[in-house]
Amino acid sequence: MTDTLKPDLAETGAVEETAPPQRHPEPGGTATFRVWRGDRAGGRFVDYTTPVSPGMVVLDAIHQIQADQAGDLAVRWNCKAGKCGSCSAEVNGQPKLMCMTRLNELPLEKPVTIEPMRAFPPIKDLVTDVSWNFRVKQRIAPFTPRPPDAPDGTWRIDQADVDRVQEFRKCIECFLCQDVCHVLRDHQLYDRFIGPRFLVYAAALEMHPLDVGDRIEALRREHGIGFCNITKCCTKVCPEHITITDNAIIPLKERVVDQFYDPLGRLVKLFSRREQS
Amino acid sequence: MADLDTFDHDVLVIGAGGAGLRAAVAASSAGVKVGLICKSLLGKAHTVMAEGGIAASLANVDNRDGWQVHFADTMRGGQYVNNWRMAELHAKEAPDRVRELEAWGALFDRTPDGRILQRNFGGHKYPRLAHVGDRTGLEMIRTLQDHSIHQGIDVHMECTVLRLLTDGGRMAGALGYERERGRFKLYRAKAVILATGGVGRAFAITSNSWEYTGDGHALAYEAGAALQDMEFVQFHPTGMIWPPSVRGILVTEGVRGEGGVLLNKHGRRFMFDDIPENYRSQTADNEEEGWRYTQGDKDARRPPELLTRDHVARCIRREVAEGRGSPHGGVFLDISWIKQKLPHAREHIIRKLPSMYHQFKQLADIDITAEPMEVGPTTHYIMGGIRVDGDSQMSTVPGLFAAGECAAGLHGANRLGGNSLSDLLVFGKRAGEYAARFSREPGAPRVDPAEVDRAITAALEPFERAGGENPYQVQHELQAMMQDLVGIVRTGPEMERALEGLDGLRARANRVGVPGNREYNPGWHTALDLGNLLTVSEAITRAAIERRESRGGHFRDDCPDKDPSCARFNIVIRKGGDGAMQLAREPIPEMPAELKRVIEEQK
Repeated sequence: MTDTLKPDLAETGAVEETAPPQRHPEPGGTATFRVWRGDRAGGRFVDYTTPVSPGMVVLDAIHQIQADQAGDLAVRWNCKAGKCGSCSAEVNGQPKLMCMTRLNELPLEKPVTIEPMRAFPPIKDLVTDVSWNFRVKQRIAPFTPRPPDAPDGTWRIDQADVDRVQEFRKCIECFLCQDVCHVLRDHQLYDRFIGPRFLVYAAALEMHPLDVGDRIEALRREHGIGFCNITKCCTKVCPEHITITDNAIIPLKERVVDQFYDPLGRLVKLFSRREQS
Repeated sequence: MADLDTFDHDVLVIGAGGAGLRAAVAASSAGVKVGLICKSLLGKAHTVMAEGGIAASLANVDNRDGWQVHFADTMRGGQYVNNWRMAELHAKEAPDRVRELEAWGALFDRTPDGRILQRNFGGHKYPRLAHVGDRTGLEMIRTLQDHSIHQGIDVHMECTVLRLLTDGGRMAGALGYERERGRFKLYRAKAVILATGGVGRAFAITSNSWEYTGDGHALAYEAGAALQDMEFVQFHPTGMIWPPSVRGILVTEGVRGEGGVLLNKHGRRFMFDDIPENYRSQTADNEEEGWRYTQGDKDARRPPELLTRDHVARCIRREVAEGRGSPHGGVFLDISWIKQKLPHAREHIIRKLPSMYHQFKQLADIDITAEPMEVGPTTHYIMGGIRVDGDSQMSTVPGLFAAGECAAGLHGANRLGGNSLSDLLVFGKRAGEYAARFSREPGAPRVDPAEVDRAITAALEPFERAGGENPYQVQHELQAMMQDLVGIVRTGPEMERALEGLDGLRARANRVGVPGNREYNPGWHTALDLGNLLTVSEAITRAAIERRESRGGHFRDDCPDKDPSCARFNIVIRKGGDGAMQLAREPIPEMPAELKRVIEEQK
C-alpha cells in the first residue's frame, strides 16, 4: 500500500464530460485503486491493488478490496444496476455511480482515484452525509391533485402528459447533480438553494398533469431558483440523462418570471382580479 | 443499558420498501405514533428494482378481468398451497390500492382513453399490470416516500435491527444499531411490523441487494414466531449472465410481455416444447398466436414464454444442461426480432423498456434493439416467510406483524410477476391498520434490560476477535453452497450435505473477527447479518428436505412430480425449546365453497 496526500478540493471539481466515455481494452491482470479513507476529521488516499477482469465496474473493485484487504472500507450500495442511486462517488474526479462505471472506461495504467462526493460532509471513506437532501424535500409543497375526473374517483390522463414528466420522475436521487452544483459545492448556499435535484422534483410536481399546487413563489423566495445560472454541470453528470437545466430548471425560471416580473402579465392579472370582484 | 438512545413508538415498522412505507402510512393515518426503520437511506429499498408492474384487475384493457380471475390465477400460479384468504383479499383490494397510489401522485402509462394502461405478464390471464415503462418499482417507492414524509412518521435511516424484544410473549420493541456511528438504539413499541423483504443474499446468483439477508424472517423466528413455506424460493428465469460482474441482475419479464422470445443456441423457441397440462388450454400453440397475444388480440392465447416463472426457469436450465445453451451458459432472450413485425421497433423497445436498454448497453455492450440478450435464472424472491393471519397480518406472536416478501401465504409455491407490488400495498396497508389497532389495546409492555445487554454484548463480539475468520469469506462460501446444493434443482442427499455444511459455517460465523471500529464498518455489518443468513438457509434447506415432491419454485430431481397429498399442508418452522429448528406439517384450512366455485369457473 502506498499513501498519497489528499489533493486540494478544488482539483476534484466537476470536470466537463462532453463525449461519450472512451472505451479501453477490457481489463485483465491487476489494477490499482486510490481510495479516499477517512472521516469527518480528515483522511488520505490509500492505494489498493486488486485483480480485474472483463466487464467489471468500479463497485466490483471496491467490493473485492473490501472482502480481501479492507473489511471496514465504507461504501453505500444497494441494487448494483443503476436504479437505486446509492453508490455515488467521484471516480478520477468525475461524479459517477460506481455500479455503472465500467473499468474499460478508465485508463488502468495509472491508479483509479475514488473519493466521496465532495459537496456533502464526509461520514467515513466513500460515505457522505446526504441528510440535508431529505430535509430539503420535506420543505417542498407536496403533490395536490385536482378533483377526480370520473364518478368512480379516477382521472383521465393523456399519455403525452405522462411522457412529459416521466423524464423528471426517472430521477434515482443519487445526488450527483447536487454534488457538482457550484452553488452548493463551492458557495455552500445550502440554506438558500435547494439544488438541481429538487428543482427537478419541483418541476415534476408543477408539470404533473393532476397537480394543482403552486410552488412558484416558494421557488423564488425560499428555494433560491435565481441562484442557478444555468451552467448545466448537473445535466452533464446525471446518470439518468435527465436534461435538468433545459427541461426542468429553465421552464421553472420562466414561470417565476411570468408570475413576478412580467409587467404586462401583472397588469392583466390585476384587471382580471378586479373584474371578478 | 444506561446510555442507550431510546425511542418510543406505538407502532414500529422495520423496513422501508413498498410494504413498510404503506404500513407506516396506514398506521400513521390511524392516529398512532409511528417509527420507520430503513436499513439503507429512505427510497433505496429493493422495491426500486421492480420493473414490470403492479397486478390489479382494473379491467382497463380487457373488461373480462375481475378479482375472481386474478384470484384464480394467483392460486393456480401458487399451486394451491397459498393462503386462500390472502389471495382473495389481494385480488379484491389491489385495484383500490393502485388507484390510491395515483391519487398520491404516481403516474402510470395510459390507455388511449386516458385510463391506467395494463400489460401482459406471466401467469396472468389478461393484461393486468399497471406500469410505467420498466421502472414501476421506482415510481411506486418514490410516490410512497414522497407521500410518507408529510405524514408525521419518524424515520430512522441506515439502522439495522438486531433483535426483537418481547414481554411475556408479546411484542415490546426492538434493539438495533445505526450505521453512521455504530451506536445501539432501543425502540420501544406496542406493535412491530416486519417489512424486511427477502433472503436472496443466501445464494451466489441473485437479483437482490446486500440488504436481503432474511432479517425479518430470522428476527421473527428468534422471537418465537412461526415461519412457513420456506422451501419455496423463486428463481427468476431471466437474470443477466454476462459479463460475470453483472451475473444475476434482473431482466424484467416485461421483455417477454412486450413480445420477447426465448431461444436456444439453435435458434429454437424451446418454450413451445414443454407446456404444462394445467396451462395448455390458455397457452398459444404457435408463434403467430403468441405474437398476436402480446399485441393485445383478445382472441389469442399467451405465448409459452409467459408461463409461470418456476416453469420457465426450469426450461432454461434444461436447455443449458442438455447442451443447447448460449456461449456463457444461459439462453437467448430476443426482443429485437419484433422489427419484423412493427415499424419503428427500435423506438418502441426503448420507450417500453428504457432501463433494460440502458442496462445492457452500459453493462454488457449489448444493444437490445439489435441483438439478443443472454439470460439465465437468478434467485429473486422467497414465497415463504413469517406465518401470518390473512386478514390482520399478525404473526403467531401477539403484536408482531409482517407484510410483503417477508410474510408468507399469498403466493403459495410460486409468485406471479406483478403480484409482489400489489402484495406490498394491500398487506402493507392491512398490517399498518391492524398494528395501530393492536397498539391501542391496554397494556404497556416492558423491555427487559438484561435481554438488551446480552444482545449488545453479542453484537460487539466480532471486535474482540482480531484475526478471526473473515466475515465476507464465510458469507461467500455460504452463498456458493446454497446455490450449489439448495438451488433451482434439489435432491435429498445434496440437501443433507448442505445441512452439514451449515453446521460448519455456523461454527465459523461464531469465530468471525472484524477490523476497525463501530463507525460505518461494513465488515461488522456483514458479520452481524451472517446469523440471519444462516437461520434462513437452514429453514429453506430443512423445509425443502421435508417436502418430498416438486411444486412451484421447489423442484426435486429425486421426486420430480407433484404429489396431490402434499397440496394439503404447509411446512411450518418454529424454534424449539432446546433452540433447535422444529418442523411441522400444518394442514391448509378448507377453502369456502364460494372460492372453490370461482376456481372451478376459471379453469
